[in-house]
Amino acid sequence: MTSVSDPISEIEDAAMRELAVISDATQLEAWRLSYLGRKGKLTRILRGLADLPLEQRRSLGAEANRIKLRLETAHREKLARFEQDRVAQVTEGERLDVTLPGPPLPRGGLHPITRTLQDVLRVFESMGFQVAEGPEIEWDYYNFEALRIPADHPARDMWDTLWIDCEREGRRSMLLRTHTSPNQIRIMERTQPPIRVVVPGKCYRFEATDPTHEWMMTQVEGLAIDDGISMADLKGTLAEFARRIFGEERKVAFRCDYFPFVEPGMELRIDCFICRGAGCRTCGRTGWIEILGAGMVHPEIIANAGYDPDRYTGFAFGLGIERIALLRHGVDDIRHFYANDLRFLQQF
Amino acid sequence: MRIPLRWLADYVDLMLPTEELARRLTTAGVEVGAIISSAGDWAGVTVAEVVDIKPHPDAERLVLVAVRLGDDRTQTVVCGAPNVAVGQRVAFGPVGTRYINGHTGERTILKKVKIRGVESAGMIMSEKELGISDEHEGIRVLPEDAPVGEPLASILGETIFDLDLTPNRPDLLSVLGVAREVAALSGSKVRDPSIVYEATGEPIRGRAQVDVLDRELCPRYVAALVEGVKIAESPAWMQQRLIAAGMRPINNVVDITNYVMLEMGQPLHAFDFAGLKDRRIVVRRARRGESLRLLDGMDRELSPEMLVIADGDDAVGVAGVMGGAESEVTEETKTVLLESANFRATSIRRTRQALKVETDASKRFEKGLSVHLPPIAAERAVKLMVEICGGRAAQGLIDITSGKPKDVRVTLTQERLQRVLGVELPSGEVRRVLEGLGFGCRWVPPDRFIVRVPYWRTDVSIADDVVEEIARIVGYDELPTTRLRGEIPPAQRQPMRELRERVRHALAASGLREVITYSLTDLPTLQKVLPPEDLATSPPLRIANPMSREFEYARTTLRGSILQALAKHIRVSGGHLISVFEAGRVYLRSDNDLPHEIETVCAALSGRKPNRWGQPTGEPAGFFEAKAHLEHVLAGLRVAAEYREAVEHPYLSGRTAEVAIDGRRVGLLGELHPRIAASFEIKQDVAMFELDLEALMPHVPETVHYEPVSPYPSVEEDLAIILDEDIPAGRVIGMIEDSHMVRSVSIFDVYTGPPVPKGKKSLAFSISFQSGAKTLTDEEVAEERRRIVQRLRRELGAELRS
Ligand SMILES: [Zn+2]
Repeated sequence: MTSVSDPISEIEDAAMRELAVISDATQLEAWRLSYLGRKGKLTRILRGLADLPLEQRRSLGAEANRIKLRLETAHREKLARFEQDRVAQVTEGERLDVTLPGPPLPRGGLHPITRTLQDVLRVFESMGFQVAEGPEIEWDYYNFEALRIPADHPARDMWDTLWIDCEREGRRSMLLRTHTSPNQIRIMERTQPPIRVVVPGKCYRFEATDPTHEWMMTQVEGLAIDDGISMADLKGTLAEFARRIFGEERKVAFRCDYFPFVEPGMELRIDCFICRGAGCRTCGRTGWIEILGAGMVHPEIIANAGYDPDRYTGFAFGLGIERIALLRHGVDDIRHFYANDLRFLQQF
Repeated sequence: MRIPLRWLADYVDLMLPTEELARRLTTAGVEVGAIISSAGDWAGVTVAEVVDIKPHPDAERLVLVAVRLGDDRTQTVVCGAPNVAVGQRVAFGPVGTRYINGHTGERTILKKVKIRGVESAGMIMSEKELGISDEHEGIRVLPEDAPVGEPLASILGETIFDLDLTPNRPDLLSVLGVAREVAALSGSKVRDPSIVYEATGEPIRGRAQVDVLDRELCPRYVAALVEGVKIAESPAWMQQRLIAAGMRPINNVVDITNYVMLEMGQPLHAFDFAGLKDRRIVVRRARRGESLRLLDGMDRELSPEMLVIADGDDAVGVAGVMGGAESEVTEETKTVLLESANFRATSIRRTRQALKVETDASKRFEKGLSVHLPPIAAERAVKLMVEICGGRAAQGLIDITSGKPKDVRVTLTQERLQRVLGVELPSGEVRRVLEGLGFGCRWVPPDRFIVRVPYWRTDVSIADDVVEEIARIVGYDELPTTRLRGEIPPAQRQPMRELRERVRHALAASGLREVITYSLTDLPTLQKVLPPEDLATSPPLRIANPMSREFEYARTTLRGSILQALAKHIRVSGGHLISVFEAGRVYLRSDNDLPHEIETVCAALSGRKPNRWGQPTGEPAGFFEAKAHLEHVLAGLRVAAEYREAVEHPYLSGRTAEVAIDGRRVGLLGELHPRIAASFEIKQDVAMFELDLEALMPHVPETVHYEPVSPYPSVEEDLAIILDEDIPAGRVIGMIEDSHMVRSVSIFDVYTGPPVPKGKKSLAFSISFQSGAKTLTDEEVAEERRRIVQRLRRELGAELRS
């Protein structure tokens, strides 16, 4: 009996002795191979068990397995110690001043208006709106007439216009669009309901600039037409937009407003996030900030598009990206956006 | 429109606190832009009565005024005002009052002083001292019925709503119109002003004649006659209201016309009847060449599109815009012919634009007033003239109109109301709201309302207009809020927009800073950056009414704008490398159509390359730094571009390439000519590139098609050749790539100088050979390499570098 068990305990003692003096990973691996490897001493004994009688196989097998477990554990511990030592050594030998900067990569970036526009469009896209675009230089027809703002209509004063020097039948007929609303007509001309579209783009006004006015601006027009769209849906859509852009805790309020191409017309306001409704300079002491104009598409415009005005209703809205960017970033002067001062742009 | 609240309270009970009333009006669409309080800092200032005036013992110009105060005390004040008189009610400020020094204009606190030896208990204040106006000649005299001892603020102070009105509501350009809104919002009733008077004069018919020759432009003309008026100042209460509403008092007759206009919204005009030739009013179009001196003292040339009011001979006023100087009411006027008319809105607007005069009258007429209003306003004004100017009203009115104006009736179904608002409202509530606004509302079972629109609401004509009325009074916030349901429309692709956004993001990611510049520019800028022939074949669109010369033309290139932005950046960059780009449209003229708007991208960079620490080195960035960005973008688009040397203004020849795909130009890349850079005040090298996204788009693959990865190993070989200096490396690469066995080739060295002969250069390439079918043998690779070298020798005269 001892003839078999003796070598096995000797193996254990020898292995542990050898292991104690091993000082690097290569030696450790050689040790592992010589005892635990495929042709290792312990492995060979375990493999030879099959030839022994059952009684011996049991006792010797249990002993061999115990030793195997012990050697494996000891190996794992030693290995872990080596790993730790190595990390410590590298830090010791090749220590870096981690506070130094990396070599510079060129730092580009998108304009804050581009970024804000993207965020706004993303909100509407997630509500099923598609993005379309239209011309910046427009016919009077699309910019005004088809929107129920004929020549000599007093509402024309709401949009001071830059006209292209070109006359048709003795009248100026081409202009820099004053809003993105002409796209309502353009979209209705080429599509049938259901419609859900947002149209971003630049607009232009004959306007003296000041901290809150700029003659070039970026707007987003929205249009949704279907059987069963109501003002409640418009309110829901705009409230969702306001919360996603300005924060979940924002309160929204609607008031009646007038645009010739909607009926009823409205304005969306959010509670001032600077003074939280108490009244400050940003909100003009009202506690509310005007965000956008909207309304139900005028039934005459629905009918002009060839849709059944008794069946189809819809809403439209128009919002100014500069204003939203101003509010989000706390910019105090709208003229910063197109003045292209590097020190301004680099902050975004 | 300025609405003094005390005036407003004549017609409706103001039961709500001022702020709450303003909030409700604003929510309902009548925006209160500002609440103005005309009461100054009048703490301690009260009404006093002048009971006695004695000369100052020591100063000729001064007097000693005894004033009775609220507690019946009498105090003595030293005063220098010429207009102080016994019995007056005046504003008395005791010692310690804050006031505005009449001479210096500074805020001061009244101190106890002796004036020429007499102690003054306070001061009797002028308008300037009160901060109301610049008037400092005399003291401010208060109304006779002002109670002694009352704080001045309750007498003179006015709270005014300054309304920002929308152009659809001319009825709100009147105190009465606003009162109707207040009534509807607060559930109270409107008290209409009285129009009842006794006509003691002769009938107007036969005394005055009115001929309306253009019924189209003048749907209604009402005239009234008041005789025996005494022209004087209007009463203090009326002057005070006019001032509070922002008008200047003139005389009692003119003030009454203005007062009634502000009260009811109907502009009126008073003619001196004696000044009207033939006692006749003719409403006609202006004659060609006719001119008229208006009330502002300026002569105006009239045209036949304009409607004028004339007498037997000449125009005496421009209808609905301004009266003429000739027929103006003066101190001598005894008989007044009052005009209360309705004029075609579009004609008034065109006329006032042509004459460049905007008046309170034209502002109202051009928004479309009710044809019902003229006789009501005329009677109101006549009543006031009888009461205030001591006039006798002629019996009757002249009223020229094309038939009796009809009421507007609108049918509104419950179904429509619910369809638009998304909620069913009880019919009782609908009626309550509409009747509160002065609408008639009859419920016709089972499903509809017949709504009668009140005459002053010229903006309401269809069912949805009525829906808005209901919604705005109920309050939009009180109505339900839902999410969009229903079908989401099928998607339509926007390939140009998608491409532009991809390019924009790639450029920003490659290290360029995006700028957005104005779409309008000036001709000199375009001339600097465009070849003259481009400007000639595609002249930029001009703005007919530019805001300034700087923004007169729609740009046909982004070059100028981007260089202006670059120049601006360089000024603050401290020599660091500046790299900017813009993605925007250019506008190319097309015949008889809207211009062609082309999406383009333009980038520019300038400055010295950074070292490891980001500090500018001595080496300026140029062509290749720009090209790196361009290559980054095109590679991201999976587009293989060719670069061919090009000559193009404003680029520097020899350092400029045309960017082409499949032989078609899609852009340009190069260094800017230093002379052009200097014209933008840039004194350092500039490299630029631009892409025409419309030209690029057809070459951009929609998807990437997978090519199987070869399982066989590749063989890497270097190849160095010597060839003529002017052969572009691109040609060599192209020839190497032609080999079917070459998977990729890259250049890793360009060298001129000894030992390479003069006029020659050495190019070194790293070539990767690979087959998709088998493992290449060394022999096969060597053979193919030899073939390549042979071709380079044969076609380019290249020699292998040993
Ligand atoms: Zn605020």
